[in-house]
Amino acid sequence: MALLELRGITKDFPGVRALDAVDLDLEPGQIHALCGENGAGKSTLIRILSGYYPGGTSEGTIRLRGEVVRFAGIAEAERRGVAVIAQELALVPDLSVAENLMLGREPVRRGFIQWDRLRAAARDALARVGADFDVDRPVRSLGVGQQQLVEIARALDKRADILVLDEPTASLGERDAQRLLGLLRGLAAKNVAAIYVSHRLEEVFAIADRITVLRDGRAVASAPAGDWTPARVVAAMVGRPVSTMYPRPDPPRGAESFSVEGWRVADPDRPGRFALDGVSFSVRAGEILGIGGLMGSGRTALLASLFGAARARVSGTLRVAGRERRAPFRAPSEAIASGVALVSEDRKRYGLVPGASVLENLTLPTLRSFVRGVLLDDDARAEAARRPVEALSIRTPSLAARVADLSGGTQQKVVIGKWLLAKPRILLLDEPTRGIDVGGKAEIHEIICRLASEGAAIVLVSSDLPELLALSRRVIVLKQGRPAAHLEGPSATPEALVAAATGSA
Amino acid sequence: MSARGKAGLSWRAWTLAGALLVIWAVFFTATGGTFASARNLALLARQMSVTALLAVGMVLVIVTGEIDLSVGAMSGLLGAVATIATVKAGWPLAAALASALVLGAALGLAQGTIVARMRVPSFIVTLGGMLVFQGTLLGITGGISISPGDAFLRIGQAYLGKAAGWAIAGALAAALLLVPARASGTSRGRRVALAAAILAFTALMNAYAGIPLPVLLLAAVAAAFSTIANHTAFGRRLYAIGGNREAALYSGVSIERNVAGVFTLMGLLCGVAGVVLTARVGSATSDAGRLMELDAIAAAVIGGTSLLGGRGTVWGALLGALVMASLDNGMSLMNTEPYWQPILKGTILVAAVAADVAGRRPAR
Repeated sequence: MALLELRGITKDFPGVRALDAVDLDLEPGQIHALCGENGAGKSTLIRILSGYYPGGTSEGTIRLRGEVVRFAGIAEAERRGVAVIAQELALVPDLSVAENLMLGREPVRRGFIQWDRLRAAARDALARVGADFDVDRPVRSLGVGQQQLVEIARALDKRADILVLDEPTASLGERDAQRLLGLLRGLAAKNVAAIYVSHRLEEVFAIADRITVLRDGRAVASAPAGDWTPARVVAAMVGRPVSTMYPRPDPPRGAESFSVEGWRVADPDRPGRFALDGVSFSVRAGEILGIGGLMGSGRTALLASLFGAARARVSGTLRVAGRERRAPFRAPSEAIASGVALVSEDRKRYGLVPGASVLENLTLPTLRSFVRGVLLDDDARAEAARRPVEALSIRTPSLAARVADLSGGTQQKVVIGKWLLAKPRILLLDEPTRGIDVGGKAEIHEIICRLASEGAAIVLVSSDLPELLALSRRVIVLKQGRPAAHLEGPSATPEALVAAATGSA
Repeated sequence: MSARGKAGLSWRAWTLAGALLVIWAVFFTATGGTFASARNLALLARQMSVTALLAVGMVLVIVTGEIDLSVGAMSGLLGAVATIATVKAGWPLAAALASALVLGAALGLAQGTIVARMRVPSFIVTLGGMLVFQGTLLGITGGISISPGDAFLRIGQAYLGKAAGWAIAGALAAALLLVPARASGTSRGRRVALAAAILAFTALMNAYAGIPLPVLLLAAVAAAFSTIANHTAFGRRLYAIGGNREAALYSGVSIERNVAGVFTLMGLLCGVAGVVLTARVGSATSDAGRLMELDAIAAAVIGGTSLLGGRGTVWGALLGALVMASLDNGMSLMNTEPYWQPILKGTILVAAVAADVAGRRPAR
């Protein structure tokens, strides 16, 4: 009998089907790898399995040891033995290792914590993952790899027999990564099963017993690891022909508009290391340059640092409209003044003031241009705001509507629209169609092509490979913050891109 | 004004106006009508003026996502500075008043710069500022109260002549009714209502002694701040910063400059409030302004300002200040033991926000 059996798991978000009838089996002690592009549905599946999306908010059945379960929340999933080790570690940085390990289960007598028992229990738990560091240290002082061990130790101490690991090695160095893989193999021998999500194919092949590939919310193939080759996994992940429905931008004719050389961004979490290093490129007016790579490969850090929004030291040479700047932009306001605009990948966080109206959001970057004397010319402002609403067909009941009440695609158009008013010469687009339904995507593709044909230089980051390859003639692929490939013309295929991004070439 | 502001105002305005009517009805009955006499209402309007002046500025600070705990102590200090400048240093009144305003703006700028540039939370900066200003006030007054001259006192105690009151009210009403409304401006209906309210208020005040000067000052300041909030780039940026700081930054808004600016404005307003406070009370004392920051925050919050930032209106804060002042005034008239006043005000504050949260939930 399978330890875990998922049948027909389907999950809809407004306008998007994230998972479509996914089946998955897990045997005791098995390590089952989940592969797929960004947005294929891996994270959604994990969230359903872990109770993050409570039972009833998705369709399909989950059977645990033969019994149908519906987790009301993460706590219940943990109680039944399913523990998630997420990318964002769920530890309290300023509490000690021991307190974190026993959080919510502190041994108590007459209302007081029994520190000796708590430390002893914590040491036992750490020993089970082969770690022996001081349990009184604050978690903050540990490296990422050690923190991960604390999380795994905590899960095992709660008698988890299914570990769900989401990109566990993404932020680990080589040695820590190898240690983690060794630990998982040891645990598997003790009948602890794991669902292992990773983009790093070499790891997947090193550790997995079985590999399932997700694509566009479907489990397209599942087989024992021995039946797969890295090339076949990549083919299954990409799997669809590049659609001919994408608009093809005109070939660029303009002069160089924007270029960087030796671009380097410090890693705020790892002093002395770089989130991005050795990146150089140049974009001409009217050109769309694609930036490919996996999540965490440095794509977002690249755009944010170009826009002056990095929270870390940035160095390198930046040329805007043929003129070399003395230093990278220190704030977005500087970048905007030089004609640079950024459509961020996280529009709720960086792109919009959700409680404010469409009008307020559209005119925020250009407020100064509506000042007459000391007051704002409200009529001119409303008239200006109507232009992007029409040009982009922003479907809003009125300029006064709150953007929080609009659909995702419409919100994204508001973000693009506010930059139309600023008339940028250089447009940085980070995942401009993420979370947007098919129709909305096509409209945004049209807009991107139109802006390019009007002479904007565009840098496009996208996890949607067909979109990236159709819109940009050249693609730079990043891997762990370094340029891994420069694809152009016939060499720019989804397979080549995935191979370069995962390092399986 | 944003749609949010308008929608928020209507829901808020109705509940708040309803609550105010209930409070007034209770006091009217309990005092046998004395509460609603022209004399008492004029007194009430004057009583609320200092808190309301501070609340009007506090709205903008809170809208930005910050807080200013130093406004009470700073007002007390600045009132004393102006008083000492006239009484002990013999400065002309205008120079003394200007010194209070300039010093207020400078202290506000200093606090705002520490908040914005050095990223020290405003709660801490202004808590520290409050203690520093309290100590300084005690130091410069030497613990004794100092009375300013008659001209100074008039700022807080005089009344506008009845004819002048009618002239101002008439001019405002005429402007509201006759100047053509712009497409994006306030609707015709609201202009008529506002004109009627101005005339009715003037009639009421003139039935006693005329419009109290501090109330006139408050009306002018409130109108100015409402304009700043809704019709200047600075004001709209404050709402954007409070609504989503990161999105504002990514839209090219300078957080530092605008945060420093709003604290400077608040400091300036503390100068105004401090002068009015000293003039109304009749002397500068070593504990002047104490705890007024909490009344100002409460008034802003009762008036619909969200402590999370991004939401709040100047007119709401005025209504909030009116609610607070009505409670004080009504309970004094009823000869309630004074300890009941803070108890009831605290309860109303929490109830108002609870009602607002409950009223908003289904809409989300």
